[in-house]
Amino acid sequence: MPGRVISLERPAEQGNEEMLLRRVLAGERDLFYELIRPYERRVYAAAFAILRNEADAEDVAQEAILKAFKHIGQFRAESRFSTWLIQITVNEARMRRRKAHANIMEPIADRQDEEGNYTPRDFADWREIPSETLERKEVRQKLAQALAELGQIYREVFVLRDMQHLSIEETAKALGISTASVKTRLLRARLMLRDLLAPGLGGAWSLSGKLSFEKGTKPW
Amino acid sequence: MVVNCEQVWLEVSNYLDGEVDPALRVAIDEHIRGCKHCAAVVDGTRNVLELYGDERMLEVPLGFSHRLQQRLSRQRLAETMPSSRRNFLGWMVAAAAAVLVVGGIEVVRSTSNGPELPSEMTEAGNGVPPNMLIFASEDGKLFHVAGCIFIREKTKLRTMTAAEATREGYTPCIHCLKKYLVAT
Repeated sequence: MPGRVISLERPAEQGNEEMLLRRVLAGERDLFYELIRPYERRVYAAAFAILRNEADAEDVAQEAILKAFKHIGQFRAESRFSTWLIQITVNEARMRRRKAHANIMEPIADRQDEEGNYTPRDFADWREIPSETLERKEVRQKLAQALAELGQIYREVFVLRDMQHLSIEETAKALGISTASVKTRLLRARLMLRDLLAPGLGGAWSLSGKLSFEKGTKPW
Repeated sequence: MVVNCEQVWLEVSNYLDGEVDPALRVAIDEHIRGCKHCAAVVDGTRNVLELYGDERMLEVPLGFSHRLQQRLSRQRLAETMPSSRRNFLGWMVAAAAAVLVVGGIEVVRSTSNGPELPSEMTEAGNGVPPNMLIFASEDGKLFHVAGCIFIREKTKLRTMTAAEATREGYTPCIHCLKKYLVAT
């Protein structure tokens, strides 16, 4: 059984991070980029999960990192530095999204609630999809399209946990929700994606160049 | 312990994360051996995790790091300069940045990433102890610790050290070997 791992970083990396943090806090602010470098990708991913737009995600990622730079003195060591950084990013991205959507109705997908158990809709037998399939741009696009169809609350959790490999606890802290909510949303996100992708992953992608995943096939 | 289909669907996430207790794991294993539908749900969900967990699924825009460093440098400069000089120097830095940006993108492209790796968790020089005994499938690309639920093709497993596996082009499984891996 694979063990649950709370931390992504090895002890040596953590020691290095603590040392960098101490030096930045002591005034060596030029070292700040070294401190955030391991997380810049994750910061971008968190922003992208919420904004779904490359340019906005990059802008918000930069804003968030700049904010962390200006307010590094407020960081408290009881939480992980990476979690603090992602929390800032999530807040920035949510703010940007609220501004952009102030006068627009939320899409139906964003009102999917968490009540009740999710029942899988598609029971077609699955073939293993080799990772080489991801070399094909259209497959990546179909996966991205399915992810975009998830409601916001499910996409946030899925991206941080399953794409950026944060632990359940880190995901909960970064999003300001309970670990129980993370688990519930994660289960639904995974099952919804499986249903959304089932027609393609059921064999069509691995057999030929033809993609059978079409909009009309989504189960809700 | 016996579980029904609804219980399997409720626990599939925890099951794949290795977070169910041994008795429940055995019961789920037993159930999916005899239930085609639940086997499809578990296999499909596992496949979703593997595909989306791949770093190719979320590419950072080209030049992202470079533009970020420039922005931090501008902020750093603004902090250290008296306000009267800030505006002038701010413009100078912006102009210099504009000149550098085209070349910068190329520099970032050529220096930041090195050879392309199949996953963000599979950096060359990963932290898996070189002498650790691992399992790798003849047809697969990943190596695992014993018992990892992501091992496929169990009949074609080979045992070797992590160093040998790396030399042969295998990369560590991001689930069972996560604690040795560092996010890039």
